[in-house]
Amino acid sequence: MNTTTAGIIFAASLAIALGLTYRPFGDYMARVYTSGHHLRAEKVIYRLVGVNPDADQRWSTYLRSVLAFSLVSVVFLYAFLRLQGHLLLNLGFAGMEQGQAFNTAASFVTNTNWQSYSGESTLGYLVQMSGLAVQNFTSAAVGIAVAIALVRGFSRNRTDQLGNFWVDLVRTVVRILLPISVIGAIILIAGGVVQNFHHVQTVATVAGGEQTVTGGPVASQEIIKEFGTNGGGFYNANSAHPFENPATWTNWLEIYLLLAIAFSLPRTFGKMVGDTRQGLAIVSVMVVLALTSMFLVHGFQMAHHGTVPASVGAATEGTETRFGVPNSATFAAATTLTSTGAVNSFHDSYTSLGGAVLLLNMMLGEIAPGGTGSGLYGMLIIAVLAVFVGGLMIGRTPEYLGKKIAAREVKFAALYILTTPTLVLGVTALAMALPGERANMLNSGAHGLSEVLYAATSAANNNGSAFAGITVNTNWWNTALGISMLLARFLPIVFVLGLAGSLAQQKPVPPSTGTLPTHRPLFVGLVAGVALIVVALTYFPAIALGPFAEGLH
Amino acid sequence: MSTVTVNENPAGSLRDPGSSRPPRRVQGGLLDPKMLVRSTPDAFRKLNPTTLWRNPVMFIVEIGAVFTTALAIRDATAFAWLIVVWLWLTVVFANLAEAVAEGRGKAQADALRKAKTDTVARRLAGWEPGQVIDAARIERVPAPSLLKGDRVVVEAGEFIPGDGDVIEGIASVDESAITGESAPVIRESGGDRSAVTGGTRVLSDQIIVEITQKPGESFIDRMIALVEGANRQKTPNEVALNILLASLTIIFLLAVATLQPLAIFSKAQQPGVPDSAALNANGVTGIVLVSLVVCLIPTTIGALLSAIGIAGMDRLVQRNVLAMSGRAVEAAGDVNTLLLDKTGTITLGNREARAFIPVGDVDEHELADAAQLSSLADETPEGRSIVVFAKTTYGLRERTAGELSTATFVAFTAQTRMSGVDLAAPGPQDGGGRQIRKGAATAVLAWVRENGGTAPNDTGQVVDGISASGGTPLVVAEVTGTSADESAGRTARVLGVIQLKDIVKSGMRERFDEMRSMGIRTVMITGDNPLTARAIADEAGVDDFLAEATPQDKLALIKREQDGGKLVAMTGDGTNDAPALAQADVGVAMNTGTSAAKEAGNMVDLDSNPTKLIEIVEIGKQLLITRGALTTFSIANDVAKYFAIIPAMFAAVYPGLDKLNIMRLHSPESAILSAVIFNALIILALIPLALRGVRYTPSNAAAMLRRNLYIYGLGGLIIPFIGIKLVDLVIQFIPGVR
Repeated sequence: MNTTTAGIIFAASLAIALGLTYRPFGDYMARVYTSGHHLRAEKVIYRLVGVNPDADQRWSTYLRSVLAFSLVSVVFLYAFLRLQGHLLLNLGFAGMEQGQAFNTAASFVTNTNWQSYSGESTLGYLVQMSGLAVQNFTSAAVGIAVAIALVRGFSRNRTDQLGNFWVDLVRTVVRILLPISVIGAIILIAGGVVQNFHHVQTVATVAGGEQTVTGGPVASQEIIKEFGTNGGGFYNANSAHPFENPATWTNWLEIYLLLAIAFSLPRTFGKMVGDTRQGLAIVSVMVVLALTSMFLVHGFQMAHHGTVPASVGAATEGTETRFGVPNSATFAAATTLTSTGAVNSFHDSYTSLGGAVLLLNMMLGEIAPGGTGSGLYGMLIIAVLAVFVGGLMIGRTPEYLGKKIAAREVKFAALYILTTPTLVLGVTALAMALPGERANMLNSGAHGLSEVLYAATSAANNNGSAFAGITVNTNWWNTALGISMLLARFLPIVFVLGLAGSLAQQKPVPPSTGTLPTHRPLFVGLVAGVALIVVALTYFPAIALGPFAEGLH
Repeated sequence: MSTVTVNENPAGSLRDPGSSRPPRRVQGGLLDPKMLVRSTPDAFRKLNPTTLWRNPVMFIVEIGAVFTTALAIRDATAFAWLIVVWLWLTVVFANLAEAVAEGRGKAQADALRKAKTDTVARRLAGWEPGQVIDAARIERVPAPSLLKGDRVVVEAGEFIPGDGDVIEGIASVDESAITGESAPVIRESGGDRSAVTGGTRVLSDQIIVEITQKPGESFIDRMIALVEGANRQKTPNEVALNILLASLTIIFLLAVATLQPLAIFSKAQQPGVPDSAALNANGVTGIVLVSLVVCLIPTTIGALLSAIGIAGMDRLVQRNVLAMSGRAVEAAGDVNTLLLDKTGTITLGNREARAFIPVGDVDEHELADAAQLSSLADETPEGRSIVVFAKTTYGLRERTAGELSTATFVAFTAQTRMSGVDLAAPGPQDGGGRQIRKGAATAVLAWVRENGGTAPNDTGQVVDGISASGGTPLVVAEVTGTSADESAGRTARVLGVIQLKDIVKSGMRERFDEMRSMGIRTVMITGDNPLTARAIADEAGVDDFLAEATPQDKLALIKREQDGGKLVAMTGDGTNDAPALAQADVGVAMNTGTSAAKEAGNMVDLDSNPTKLIEIVEIGKQLLITRGALTTFSIANDVAKYFAIIPAMFAAVYPGLDKLNIMRLHSPESAILSAVIFNALIILALIPLALRGVRYTPSNAAAMLRRNLYIYGLGGLIIPFIGIKLVDLVIQFIPGVR
């Protein structure tokens, strides 16, 4: 079996597995958020926190809860990172410097997991385990909670109640993330991922040299790193490190996990709005975009013209030989299409056009399928815009799932769409304009520009993967990207919850044959088209001067 | 409840609403090239930034034009000046679109102003209805000083000084000033034809009018304001679309503004590349940067948006419908339920004979003959239809009333509820003599019994059968031997039954099918009993009916529909329709109706043709479709412009980018210029479409979306590639453009 066939089987089996998960997992999540029953453990938490789990919140209260929770998380994690030197299990590492600590705290709370540090040489086990891993759970749960609140905006009528953030948060962690993570971590350990509290060990290599090996509670963090689309690696090499991702089948499992929630949430959406065809349409848009991207990355990586790639048959630079080019391409596409940002190969070494696709994946706004929760709400925003334009073209005030898309709704959707490009292009332009930041670029020309663009895009889309090639552990980069991550995460959440509140208040318009059907292939095409054209028009000049300038000959 | 009967309305009767199906395509007036020329000064006047800022997209273009003008003055090149000229033209074309749209309204407003002549009113002081008009009580006051509640007397030849209701008298009124219809209409006190409009002229008789308007708020005043678009407010969808366009504009401004540092960096990386008109060491030149912004921001839809709205209102005005707000026009496109009055909308105003059903041993022809005889002098539409039916179906020669010298015609009265003819015997010796009657079953049967006859057993069955099928039975009977002196010689017998039926207008079923495919439910409103109503509803193909409807029922139905989230449209004319008209999302009042009805509705149909409701819905939809289609087109256009401008800017630095120049444009300068010129010309090219509205064929949402996506989405992607290439082929020959 040659590598291409193996690669196809690898990707196809992933698709089949996700297809099989879609329905049961999506239905399960719908039950989680519609059930009136509280588990005993959850009741304990509610009592400790002091919330009444049966009291619903208005959109503004829901939003305040999200922001307050996240603010506390940032402050707590920042303090944790700064004070590491005084804590247990620090492996002798001192506290993080303030710029980097801010950047890291912002990064993990926003589900970005951009890392301007190298895990094994900066952080001890306690911070990794009870600082970063905890945020891996909660930041993922916040995204899902917000998405569920938006879904309730569609499914509820004439109310200002969008559910209770604390209940959604706790249920996500207790009923979805934790159980699967426990099982998944055990499977990963069986596959060779380490899970220990060993101190740094020095071993003699076969060649006779010496190597220090850091162990640690890796599996427990690795599992949620993928499942919660976080992406922050325990080690600097991330999923290319054999302790994080030892074999082809763990590679498969990790990709599956990072796609599982995001691809199943549309089913939850369909179930909750009472029409599973609507969920199928949304997931179809995600699938169309994801498959196109997957196909393109593979194409560019396998058929690159150049002396070395041509002689070895593919662009092998920067890929782990354990995984090979196709499986690395699949991982790279999956990690940039979701807001994960974990990597098992070096994206900077991808062909210019292959790298451009990874960049575009993120620029899509992390919607195909996107991060946990954020993917669904991002896609629904695009769907709202598609409905608006499409609805006008059939001569009616546009409506989606019986809810009118009028000035207020368009305003929230438009503000959402504006946020990320402003941050991406703003940070890129600023970095390119400031001589100091230009000096941090290790590469010149179009490729250097691509690296800066990639960093800004990754942060502002809460992805967290890196092209590298820039010294980002400077005060400017740490601060700029930290602020960018925070704004890119929480401004859209403000707009999403505002939209949810505005939708929930409406009384539904009954569907008729004059209503734009939002479950047909035509609508799938329209949404995918709107997503692509908005992205293409926004980023065309920047991409032309970066990857295109480098890749077109 | 009130119904509108078209034949009662002289204006409406000139057009038979059923005979010709309205054109499938909602037509607007075609663009007259002279209009363009006439509107050009206005287009330049609209360059004034204090008014232009309301259109943010075009305002940005104007700022760009000012900026490039300054740059071109500093560094004059042919390229720079050409860009400057075309940027200004872009704004002018946008203004022209709006000016042309407004110009058509202005012409109508001028015509209306002529009707608003300064008449002197003859006000009655202290007069109460019923009193004789005392010349001493008449005071002459200028029309504008009339107050609500004043009573004025108007005689033949005088203009009615203000809107009001006739409280005494009857007159024929020439309303051509507002309806454009030259045939006079009857206005009389009481009932639903009492409303008169200021500025119309009384042709005969004398009426007393109670003024219902406040000074300066007359119907004509409002009409003028409407057609001029003086206080045009943005409709809800327009506001939403503007938000989307504004945010797209911001995105593109951002994309272009942030391009500059990237461009400087890229240029600096290739020090050997010479400066060009597009790029130098300071980055992209101002002229090119502005060109890129103008090409990317949605100028096409931004330029045409207000023209589309004005033209939509104008299309209604051309159909003699006045919408009190743009919001109402938009709501018409959203309507889910149409309430249609049966009479005049679904059926012709009158019933027609459809069958002669003999009873007992009577021959069909004998019945037909008697029916025809009895109806010869019957000038009601029903009576005429019996004569016509006898002729077309039984070949009976149409006799004129005069040729029967011995005949005496008996007219219908409310007491007898019969009409007919008495035929005297030619001579006393001939015996005979004959009386024929036709009318309501109970009345005629009673008459037969009076004259000693009995009705055959099947008469009752036939009569009931006709009622059940939605028809009206008229029984025909005769008494012979009337000339004989003794009543013994008389025989009375029932001949048969004439079946009268409501005639559903032709083409209605197809229209309702179209409505259904658009997702609109039609409900027929009628005062008929449920049995008759059901039969007519089935025949016409409406989705539902409301029988024996009272105004309260109508109002309740509207509220019920609205509670279910639906939008309801209806027509009405009577005062008792007013609450329902006010409650409906789209309430179209007939111009023949009362002031109360006109006040309550949000549209007035000057032709008083209730069928027009369907057209109003179509115009509302067309308005939205035009906006959506041009938005899609405008955004799709950007792709081609990128492929023209980006390689033109950067191919010198990165030769690989020349691959993006898929149109193979002549030179960087010609490429940028072509994109700008195309961007301006497309506005001009689309003005007719914006004014006329895009083609609208009633069909279901999915089919309509597919069609419009192909034309305006895919078309919007492809057309600019061709257009820009064509412009490039021409302008490369301009001296000074490299």
